[in-house]
Amino acid sequence: MSEDILAGLAGIVNEVAGVPAEDVQLDKSFVDDLDVDSLSMVEVVMACEDKWGVKIPDSEVKNLKTVGDAVTFISAHV
Amino acid sequence: MTRNVVVTGIGMTTPIGGDAASTWAAALAGTPGTIRLGPDWAADQPAQIAAMMKVDPAEILKPVEVRRMDRSEQCALIASREAWADAGTPDVDPIRLGVVVASGIGGINSLIQAYETLRDKGAARVSPHMVTMIMPNGPAAMVGIEVGARAGVHTPVSACASGAEAVSYAAKMIEDGRADVVVAGGTEACMNGVTMAGFAAMRALSTRNDDPATASRAYDIDRDGFVMGEGSGILILEEEEHARARGAKIYGRYGGSGLTSDGHHIAQPDPEGAGAARAITMALADADISPADVIHVNAHATSTPQGDLAESVAIRRALGGQADHAWVSGTKSMTGHLLGGAGAVESIFAILALRDRIAPPSINIFNFDTSIELQVTKDGPVQLPAGDIAALNNSFGFGGHDVALVFKSV
Repeated sequence: MSEDILAGLAGIVNEVAGVPAEDVQLDKSFVDDLDVDSLSMVEVVMACEDKWGVKIPDSEVKNLKTVGDAVTFISAHV
Repeated sequence: MTRNVVVTGIGMTTPIGGDAASTWAAALAGTPGTIRLGPDWAADQPAQIAAMMKVDPAEILKPVEVRRMDRSEQCALIASREAWADAGTPDVDPIRLGVVVASGIGGINSLIQAYETLRDKGAARVSPHMVTMIMPNGPAAMVGIEVGARAGVHTPVSACASGAEAVSYAAKMIEDGRADVVVAGGTEACMNGVTMAGFAAMRALSTRNDDPATASRAYDIDRDGFVMGEGSGILILEEEEHARARGAKIYGRYGGSGLTSDGHHIAQPDPEGAGAARAITMALADADISPADVIHVNAHATSTPQGDLAESVAIRRALGGQADHAWVSGTKSMTGHLLGGAGAVESIFAILALRDRIAPPSINIFNFDTSIELQVTKDGPVQLPAGDIAALNNSFGFGGHDVALVFKSV
């Protein structure tokens, strides 16, 4: 399940921010490692909500510092 | 001490070419850029023809660039990258590097797309990039970030005179000592049903839908409006000593500019051409030349019945009998009307005409309108003389904006 979510998230980050999908690993920081700025993070969140039917409130987004944080959150709420 | 301005780089993406060299070659060959529009939204439009960019930006840019930038920003970035490379990627202190890139309309395609998202999916799905895609200063800002400009990034907005006003503003930045190098030009990409319907409602567009290639026909007696075009033209303007010190190639000189306003009507030109004539006279004075020095005019010449005639009156008013010696080119007959991009693309045409000593043709003149008292290049390109010569580039915009630019040979 987590592998599927990671693969899906990698595809989204690639499409939204132009980051190679293979670089999107669990330990990577969106901001520091993947150069996903706050605007692109909004797009990532929108795409995740659409893909998995989850709701990721703004108050939660600031806690999603790494790809792993996002995969964990989505896995728990999907 | 006078600071002179020279042109050291050019870039274009237009309906007749994906870069400056191919656009200029197509212009000299008299290539029409107008096509019949394919999209569904065009089906019930009065004007179903337009001049789309020859090379789609999506073929050149990365997908993520296309996603985050409006089409008007995309073509400005493409032309800027070409111009910057053409100038030899100038080594200039960022605080001495400026950008002035104009747009007449802004990112209206993105605005319409965002509205459709709002309507169909709700507010939560409107792109966080929407604002920076629709703001008219977006193209200038994107280019400014690309080259790291820190002397100032500006966006004059004066409808179809915007691109020319940008070139004037950029030159002033150098003359006034604010910058040594400025990336200057204009961009437009507003081909959508809303814009086309609006211009058509003004009866501004040609409706020669059955014959797109000949629809843009400035100075022809049967001209019936302009053809909407899209694309961008970008020049690298540079202080002459700065350019010479780094051994840059120099295309030509910026001579001067004149900017006036009609105070007449929101969309119609002053039939007497008084404001336009004053702009031309001011530009000649600023360039320190006389009407006899103007060997070539790249006219605004959009192919509207009133506009072409009013401009011809203004040119004759400003140049007097010397207008007989100037070869006038209406290059929108090939490119269509790039609105905010037009003044920049046509400035580049004027500079290349001086460099190559050739005035480009004005195509689609089947029956010359004899009320136009100008020497038009209606039979093909015309050789220009050797020696020191100057070219005039006119641009006028809805609102009554008149901008005249003078360029000189090197």
